[in-house]
Order: sequence, then C-alpha cells, then structure tokens
Amino acid sequence: MAHHIDIQHTAKLARLKLTDQEAVKYEAQLAKVLDYMETLEGHDLSGVELTAHATPIYDVWREDVPVEGLDRAEALANAPRKTAGQFLISRVVE
Amino acid sequence: MSLAAQSIASLRKQLLSKEITPTDIVKDVLASIEKQDPTLKAYLSVDAERALADAANADISKPLGGIPIGIKDNINVKGAPCTCASKFLAENYTSPYNATCVNQLHAAGALTLGRLNMDEFAMGSSTENSAFFASRNPWDTERVPGGSSGGSASAVGGDIAIAALGSDTGGSIRQPSAFCGCVGLKPTYGRVSRYGLVAFASSLDQIGPITKTVEDAALVLNHLCGKDGRDSTSLDATVPDFTTGLGQDIKGLRFGLPKEYLVDGVDARIRSAVETAITHIQGLGGIVEEISLPHTDVGIATYYVIAPAEASTNLSRFDGVRYGHRAENTTDVLDHYLTTRAEGFGPEVKRRILLGTYVLSSGYYDAYYVKAQKARTLIRKDFDEAFKKVDIVLSPTTPELPFKLGAHSDDPLSIYLADLFTIPANLAGLPGISVPCGFVEDGGTALPVGLQMVGRALDEVTLLRAAHAYEQSTSWHLKKPR
Repeated sequence: MAHHIDIQHTAKLARLKLTDQEAVKYEAQLAKVLDYMETLEGHDLSGVELTAHATPIYDVWREDVPVEGLDRAEALANAPRKTAGQFLISRVVE
Repeated sequence: MSLAAQSIASLRKQLLSKEITPTDIVKDVLASIEKQDPTLKAYLSVDAERALADAANADISKPLGGIPIGIKDNINVKGAPCTCASKFLAENYTSPYNATCVNQLHAAGALTLGRLNMDEFAMGSSTENSAFFASRNPWDTERVPGGSSGGSASAVGGDIAIAALGSDTGGSIRQPSAFCGCVGLKPTYGRVSRYGLVAFASSLDQIGPITKTVEDAALVLNHLCGKDGRDSTSLDATVPDFTTGLGQDIKGLRFGLPKEYLVDGVDARIRSAVETAITHIQGLGGIVEEISLPHTDVGIATYYVIAPAEASTNLSRFDGVRYGHRAENTTDVLDHYLTTRAEGFGPEVKRRILLGTYVLSSGYYDAYYVKAQKARTLIRKDFDEAFKKVDIVLSPTTPELPFKLGAHSDDPLSIYLADLFTIPANLAGLPGISVPCGFVEDGGTALPVGLQMVGRALDEVTLLRAAHAYEQSTSWHLKKPR
C-alpha cells in the first residue's frame, strides 16, 4: 500500500519548518517506514488491551509542603533571552 | 596493564591496599584519552581539572570510592554540558542539577569524568547521528561503535574509560556494547530513576552501565537503583546486592532460545558464535530449550510507532525559550518555533518527530498508535509465557557485525530493522545484558560479537549470575583491541 503523507501538515503540527528538499526526502522515507508498519496487520489485535507502560504505574503524591528547587537565577541561567528575572518570549498577542 | 584498561573490581583492590590513588587512576584515564581519543572520538568534552579535583577529594572507603565513570551526554551532571550530541544544546547549556543516578554514584564515592558522544537525542545505532562527529569502533576505526551510547561503548571497549553510563530505549546500551566488546546492561524498566536523563521515549528509556566485566556491571548497578520521588515510574522495589549471584554456577538454570529469532538476515558468523556460546552454557550445566515468542515479527513496527510518538511529545519542550538554541529574527511566535526547531534538530531527530507526530495525528491514531499499544501487550505476554518455562531468554545482541561508517546512510528503515533482538526487552520492560561471546574475522580485523540474555522483571541478580558464569568460563572479555 502506498502511503500519501501530507508532510507539510505534519511538519506544522510538529512545529518544524522543512525546506522543499527535506519535504521530498522525508516524505519518501516515512512512506517506506509506514509501509513497513503494515506488519502490525499480521496478528489479530481485536479485543487486546492496550499497554502504555510495561509495568503498572500509579499517580505519585507527596506531602503538600514546599521543597528546595532551582532558585530563579539557576532556572534562568540557560535561557537564550531573559529580562527582569523572567524568560523573554516572542510576542504572542497581536 | 594501564590503569585505564582495568576493571573497577581490580582498581578497587589496589586502592584499598594503597598501591594506587584515585589521582593515579584519573591521570591514567586522562592520558589514555589524550592518546587515543583523537582516533576514537568517544568524548564530546572532558573537564580534566574537575576530575583531578574530585580524585584528590575521593573517599576510597566508599564502595565505588575513587572510580571515574564516563557519562553519556544525555544525563545531567551539575556544572557540565549536556548536549545530547545536538546543536540544540551545544551553544550554552550547562546542567543546573544532577540526575538522580549521578547523585547516587557520587554518594558511593565515584566521580564523573567526561561527556560521551551519542546519536543525537539517543536516536540511532551508530553515533553517525551525532551533530558533532561519529565515534569509532576501537576494534576497527573504519567502523561504527554502534549507538546510541556509542561514545560510552567506544571509550570502555577502547580502554579510555573504566566504565560508563548509557541509556537504552531500544538497545542503545546493549548493541554498542556488543559492537565494542564490552558488557552492557539495561536494567528492568523503573529500576533506575530517569530524573535527569533527557527523555526520548519515556515508557522505554532506562539508564544502565557499560563496563569491562559483568562483575563491574553489578558493582555500578548497586548504586543506580531505587525509588525516586522525582520519577513517578521508578519502582518501589527492594534493591538487592546485585553481586550476590556472582560466582554461583548455572547448573539447572533454564535458557530459552526463541525459534522466531532464527530469521534470515542474521550474519551466519554471528549465529555460529552464538551457537558455540549455547553449547558452552550447556557444558556449564545450563538447560537450553527452544521456546516461542510468536509476536517477534511485530516488535520493530511496534517500537517504531511508540518510540517516535513519545519522542515527538518529549521533544516539544525544545522551544527555544527556557534553554537551548533560539532562532534569530523571527517574525512571530509560530515562526519562532518553526525556525528554532528546524535549525536545532538534525535529520534523524526530525524524521522521528515527524513520524511520531504523524502516528498520533487525527485520523491515524487508531491505525498506528493504538495498534502498536495492543501489539505491545502481545509481546509482553509472549515473555510472560516464556518465563513460565525458562529463566533466561538467549539471542544474539545484533544481527550484524559492526558496519563501516556510511553503510546505512540513506536508508533509515534498514538500520531500524537491525534492532530486532534488543527492542523486545524495552517493550516488555525486562532487564537485558550483552556479553562478549567471540570474534569474527572480517576484512582482516577481528570484530566482537555479543550474546544477549534477557531475564524476568526485577531479576537482575539471576541475569548477572548467568552472564558472569558464562563470561568467567571464557576469555573473550580479556581480549583487548590493538
């Protein structure tokens, strides 16, 4: 089965800008990988429960008391842009 | 033998008898790096000053006192870089905190030395996906060391590290260990806290040791495990002394050989080395029988849906705001994200983010992601059934020998298919180890082959016992490159 992937739509969902060459290359490569995924059709999966984790996991709670974390300077230390003790982001509101 | 070529166990004896000091070890490792790393390219960075300072302050009364351990560059060590071999984090990221496993190693007296190369964000099997350079295999520098923990395995196998940490999402500890002639252990999912490991696929990722011997793997594992409030998936299970099974025989231990693993595409010379190892295990009193893991054929497809899906969400944190690369001169917030991520990520990472985004997107979620999660259940149940009959599942670690750089360069699927033996343990959350089981002459060089053993969840003690008994009755682990 030949897959047609709207690669630019997927790339936008993934917040990745692709050049035209990249789009052509990734589309072909992913189509090949998705063709291979047809092997999932080889077994009857109806009625099988889902596994999200190999071991059972549960919500973990802790006491509602503050604990030591990074201080402001440490938390901001790796930010590419910061101002007034905060992360500086691109303008969101027009 | 140089100190850098020796095991943790051997160095610890010499430290305790005062024949050597931690500074001697660190100096020897640094000298070995200076001499060999221009060829092996295993390290991304080395902070010699810090390692020497840590050695001077090391407390040898602690269980790993004075032992330097190399760290894969996706595990945070406070004050050190943590690039994940990506341009995204290369410019000016310094870890503001320690991964939990690093705190534990430090508490046991170990010191961390060097940041080891890898495939970018741990996506790959050769280190060729590193944004900086490909590492080399110590047995033949024209070949890859495997991946994604290729720098860790190259350094340990090439004797420019005593031991190293790696991470394993689909074989990234075991496969490079097989390629470089070392021991690589992926613990049970949840044994080791993932806090401070840069996430690739959260339901599969597990940190573990790459060492020169099985005993060293147990010694390091003793100081990596335990419940951690910062990782909700870390297991609240008793942590045994993982060395307790070492030296016990394997008479009556049952080993299963999955008939589905005897597929075409496994190098005949690897098969032959593994068959010899099986005969050897029988000679030690192990009982080997054929078993069936009927859903083996969907392992790769299952993994390559689930891992990219999880990666696509995990890597959305790389947005150019709080850390890492940020594109200049963007027009608005959307352009900022699109451009920052396009500039920061390399080709394989982009491929997997796209694949993961696609299989999770509207209209495809049920066809791919839900099916893969169901198939994962069947794979897990295969192992549940197998472990009713046997204690250990045996296989080659890899279907192919270490390959030449560039051999798989433009066919991602061909390299994905080589993960067939290692992926199932991640999908089922089981502990797996690769141990050297022979050498194959190829193109005039002897290349190492790895034997994989997979055990029951949380039964690393039996796994290490079996691996140790086999290792100690052979001399493969004593062979050195060059």
